[in-house]
Amino acid sequence: MADFNVSSRGVGSVNVLDLKGYLDAHTAPELEKAFNKLIDEKSFNVIVNFRDLNYISSAGLGVFMAYVETMRENKGDIKFSNMKENVYNIFDLLGFPVLYEFFKDETEALDKFKVQG
Amino acid sequence: MLKNKEKNFERNLVVKSSTDNLSIIREFTTTSAKECGCSEELTGNIILAVDEACTNIIKHAYKYSSNGEIGITIKSTQANIVILITDSGEHFDPENVPAPNLIEYQRQKKAGGLGIFLMKKLMDEVNYKVLRDNRNQVELVKHLK
Repeated sequence: MADFNVSSRGVGSVNVLDLKGYLDAHTAPELEKAFNKLIDEKSFNVIVNFRDLNYISSAGLGVFMAYVETMRENKGDIKFSNMKENVYNIFDLLGFPVLYEFFKDETEALDKFKVQG
Repeated sequence: MLKNKEKNFERNLVVKSSTDNLSIIREFTTTSAKECGCSEELTGNIILAVDEACTNIIKHAYKYSSNGEIGITIKSTQANIVILITDSGEHFDPENVPAPNLIEYQRQKKAGGLGIFLMKKLMDEVNYKVLRDNRNQVELVKHLK
């Protein structure tokens, strides 16, 4: 059963990771693999689109915590978009909105990368 | 407040300690919480708290060995929803786990350390004890107002 899927697409100088399904301790390694691939390709501007993600546990949140610094050290970032309310609430409970940028829509996140150059 | 006030509601599940079973645990928790009348929001919070507790057991008590067993009992009374989660792995003292510091974790590129804090945020009580047969038990309690 495919509980989780992550796919990557390029939009200009930004890579968008589309997440689908359930992100937990079992599926988090797939997301880690996707981030490792982006780092190998030196793609440090990343938007994670949560439109089709139904569920996240702390194992999923931990992946962003482990990779964001590498992106920022290379003048990039991980920005979040299109999050369902139940998923956003978990990020909020743990205080992520202070340290990460959340956007309602992917295009807003893309615009922010453009402004930042 | 529960919609269905079934007296002595209780459901049980035993699974092997593999992260592969987290989806089965979620399904069981969803069905049980809904059966005892929990709202969608409360059900969501219970699912996540149980997931976090079981993930910790797989990671810390069984060190990712899938040969162990995790027992889950969900029961409700008029006043509480109580979830008991047991394992026979290494004892784990949550008191030794510090509150998470996101800025520091990020700097260290650390992926873990959020689960217990999240469980405490989602539930009213998170109690750990060692049972007489030496199994570990996590008790998650949500008070129903």
